[in-house]
Amino acid sequence: MLDTKNHPNRLGLWGWLGGGRWGVERYLYTLHRLTGLGLLAYFLLHIIVTSSRAWGSEAWEAAMARVTGSIFVLGEFLVFAAFAFHAVNGVRLVLVELGWAIGKPIEPVYPYRTSVHEQRPLAIGVMVLAGLLVVAGGLDFFLLP
Amino acid sequence: MRDQRLWTWHVLAGLVILVFLGLHMAIMHLDALLGIFNPAGDHPIAWENVVARAKLGFFTFSYIVLLGAALFHGLYGLRNILFELNPGAGLRKGLNAALTAVGVVMFAFGAWAAWAASALARTL
Repeated sequence: MLDTKNHPNRLGLWGWLGGGRWGVERYLYTLHRLTGLGLLAYFLLHIIVTSSRAWGSEAWEAAMARVTGSIFVLGEFLVFAAFAFHAVNGVRLVLVELGWAIGKPIEPVYPYRTSVHEQRPLAIGVMVLAGLLVVAGGLDFFLLP
Repeated sequence: MRDQRLWTWHVLAGLVILVFLGLHMAIMHLDALLGIFNPAGDHPIAWENVVARAKLGFFTFSYIVLLGAALFHGLYGLRNILFELNPGAGLRKGLNAALTAVGVVMFAFGAWAAWAASALARTL
């Protein structure tokens, strides 16, 4: 993380959530953070709940009995969907950070061209792939026996 | 420099999570489609399946690696978000200490649970 001491986050919470005039990638950034925070909260609870297997079958069955029901199934599906999005969007962020899929540097000659158009196909591909994974998860969670 | 190094670890941890959590999600939540590593059939969280996986050293290894990678990735990500609000130096130190403590305690507890479950499964 860069030191932000001399560059205060003037927009505060709105700066995290609002995309302003920025493109769809800016909202992917917001969704990446929200899914990351949700996954972290779930993961800390998941460590505690699943540790019950260390005490044997009765403790495990009791722990699992406490997290059954339609609300928990829906919650787990949301966790799966958050993982699917966060994972494939994370791969996109790594590719972009390494300078891939954003086009080659060009001379700044008028009319100026933005690299957003170069990386937009990757963002669309990420959303399609995440959508396919969510659909596969939905089939498994709610339709298949 | 320190933050640059931590950011590199953050990205590398993300790639480790992609592999091991991807496998975990496929086993636990795409079971009807894929049906892998659930030898007893039934639901992936059935005790027989839990024991069968715990007997395999690979799963104990992958759980502990995933535990460490996910805790670091998640807590460092949370730290970055919180630091964007420009907390004072004292609060930064406190946040660093608190998040590190949460990570160390949860890793120790989760790693112990994975190891203990593996040891228990091998006696069954």
